[in-house]
Amino acid sequence: MDEDGGNRGEPSGGAKWYELFSRGARDWLRHDEKVREAVRANLPEIIAGGDVINGGARTVRVPVRMLEHYHFRLRRPEEQQGAGQGKAKPGDVFSAPGREQGQGEKGPGGRDEGEVQLLLEFKIDDIVDWLWEAMKLPNLKARVGPSEETDWIREGWDRHGARSRLDRRRSFKELVKRRGAPGATQTFIDEDLRFRQLARRRQPALHAVVFFMLDVSGSMSDRDRKLAKTFFFWVVQGLRREYRSLETLFVAHTTEAWEFNEPDFFQVSGTGGTVASTGLAKVREIIDARYNPGRCNIYLFYASDGDNSVSDGAEARTALTAIAADTCFTGYVEVSSGLSRQLATETGKLFAELQAAGCAAGSYALNDFEDVWGAVRHFFTAESEAPESP
Amino acid sequence: MSDGWQSYVRRIEELAARSGLEFHRVDFEAVPDSFMMEIAVYGLPVRMPHWSFGVRYIYQLIQRHMGHSRLFEVVFPGNPGHAYLAESNGLAENILVTAHVLGHADFARNNLLFRRCQEQVSEHIVEHAANHARQIQQVIETHGAQRVEVALDAALALEQHVDIDQPLRRERYPEYLADARVLADDQFRKRFAALEPLAGGGAMEVKKRAPLPPHPERDLLWFVANYAPEMESWERDIFLAVREESFYFYPVFASQIMNEGWASYWHARLLREADFIPQQAYLDAIKCHSDVVRPIAAEAQVALSINPYHLGFAMWEKIVEKNGLPAARAIMQQDDDFSFVRNHLTRELADELGLFRYSARSDGQIKVLEHDLTALHEAVLAPKYNFGAPIVSASHVRNDGTLELTHDSSVDGRGLDLERSRKVLDYLQRVWRRPIVLTTVNQAGSALELTAP
Repeated sequence: MDEDGGNRGEPSGGAKWYELFSRGARDWLRHDEKVREAVRANLPEIIAGGDVINGGARTVRVPVRMLEHYHFRLRRPEEQQGAGQGKAKPGDVFSAPGREQGQGEKGPGGRDEGEVQLLLEFKIDDIVDWLWEAMKLPNLKARVGPSEETDWIREGWDRHGARSRLDRRRSFKELVKRRGAPGATQTFIDEDLRFRQLARRRQPALHAVVFFMLDVSGSMSDRDRKLAKTFFFWVVQGLRREYRSLETLFVAHTTEAWEFNEPDFFQVSGTGGTVASTGLAKVREIIDARYNPGRCNIYLFYASDGDNSVSDGAEARTALTAIAADTCFTGYVEVSSGLSRQLATETGKLFAELQAAGCAAGSYALNDFEDVWGAVRHFFTAESEAPESP
Repeated sequence: MSDGWQSYVRRIEELAARSGLEFHRVDFEAVPDSFMMEIAVYGLPVRMPHWSFGVRYIYQLIQRHMGHSRLFEVVFPGNPGHAYLAESNGLAENILVTAHVLGHADFARNNLLFRRCQEQVSEHIVEHAANHARQIQQVIETHGAQRVEVALDAALALEQHVDIDQPLRRERYPEYLADARVLADDQFRKRFAALEPLAGGGAMEVKKRAPLPPHPERDLLWFVANYAPEMESWERDIFLAVREESFYFYPVFASQIMNEGWASYWHARLLREADFIPQQAYLDAIKCHSDVVRPIAAEAQVALSINPYHLGFAMWEKIVEKNGLPAARAIMQQDDDFSFVRNHLTRELADELGLFRYSARSDGQIKVLEHDLTALHEAVLAPKYNFGAPIVSASHVRNDGTLELTHDSSVDGRGLDLERSRKVLDYLQRVWRRPIVLTTVNQAGSALELTAP
């Protein structure tokens, strides 16, 4: 970095230093970093933003304001006087485009810029890392015992091996060592070469299947659905981080139920009534067809506004109890952006009963985007503390 | 950059000298637009790093992409002066800019405010600032970017809080009060001293420690650098570096209307008198001139701010026309924007230019006020009072090292913006390292204390 202004000569190759280096860009990058630090400190608010899910992308865009370097300033007065020029008589009244008002504030450093918003792009993986770090979210426990799987890891060096595993640094060290001896060859010989070796390592299996079930009936407003999806989105991200092989399954229901793939699921909407048991039946069907509950960890998260059809009560209860017996955890988020009924709904009661019966289950009322983070934390903490189901 | 321009520089310089301009040699350098922009952002070609410059940089980029601002030249006073010209300038623009720069060079060499500040910071501010940047780079390597940023956050937040009436290299306050000998003067002590020669004179002298500071101190950068209880020496150096640069910026800031007006007056006049310029280039240059001194955006009826180029230019034209060039030169030497506007912006000229005073309500409604020349002067000058900053002084340092700051709301007319002030206190507290108390007034006008931490 050439900061040498006194020497405005030509350092090399005829290029002036200012053609090679932009101080403005350097200081801008530092600003960017500071913004990211600030964003990181306020993650819960940021992930709550409803716009983070953009169809399977690995990044989220967060609108942020530019940072201000603060100076002493006078309070903004109710009425501010200024001087202007043009065709105007005393007594004329007009309304100004807001940003011209601040003309009284152009000292060095203290200038009044119009509001500019930046869109910063964050890797979802980074955000999830930060969340786990910041909130000390407990890792999920494996429910199913130590069935093992094997994995290859790097371990040690050998003089023979595949070319692709040649360790150049190591080989070069050997060359340097050998060259020290009198009369040694100066170039690489076969003896110098070192190859990385792989070893088998046995690891406990952490295989999980997570069902996301969403009520897409007519009573769920767009906002409700969006809330639920935002919540699901972060749960998927969180679980995916914990389980190396995580299967996610997406089920939506009205009075019928369907299975979706991930991108479609986040776009889906429907009309019609709410019959929770259809969704539960679909989940049951999938479990029975594809998984052995004794061999893998099954989770179910269900989001609904809670207005389950009254006639469906008994059927839903039976289905839910059966599923709960086979899952590590069953969670219910009640999304009701209009009015919060604090889980005093048909579906809410079902889950309360389930919890009272000692099953690993939990509920959370999600009323606003600000609550999303609270919900994530609620379930992940609850999940780790939930009694291991028998 | 068009090649033809260089050949005109010498001839414009000669013409300027014949017209009575006195200036140090100016080194011209053509640089890419991107670098021009950085000079404008930093205020100096090479300056210390700080993220706040990055923010300004982005605003400049946005402005440029929207076509709002175009920089033709930036000039730094000194001996020799440095002028940076944008490579994208055409021949006509460069001819105009050369004449304009010579106007600035004349101003910077002769205006008393400029001269006083240059005597303090020397005529090599460009090199000094580069040197500060280099030193700070070294400190970053030793102490890490984060700690340096903490110091720069505080120092740059106070950059307007200097006292340019004090010397740049300012002595610390005397440690003891000057009137320490008062006690020895009364009758009894005289007789007592006469009685016992050994006990007299010096022994009676009671030295009294001067309060700190002895008077409210507006030179905050200097005060903190000198009296912070636990500051590292490299942090003090950063404060003093920022202070030196503020000494350089002050005359630029406080005589902007005069200075830009003077340079615009001379580029227009030299251009008129330069018979060696090709016809087409002359026409282009005049077109460019009228863009620069345009009072109001092309499509607008009124502007809610005044273009200093335009106002200064119009005022100088009027002054030269009425009082002649020698009188104008005397004004140029002696005034700053405050005296210049108050003395020479007449009712007649204000009407001619259509200047008006307005009051803007917070809901965005703007009302044009009655004609009142004195009030108009102050409306033009208000943003310039006290380097554009509220008057905040260090008033006391308590025994435990707590710093008391006082905002003079009686002069400023209202209290400080509390949220921002708190942030500034936070910056400052991290280098002062003891509590800080700031007194200002609230909306109702009664005293209000902010504290950090």
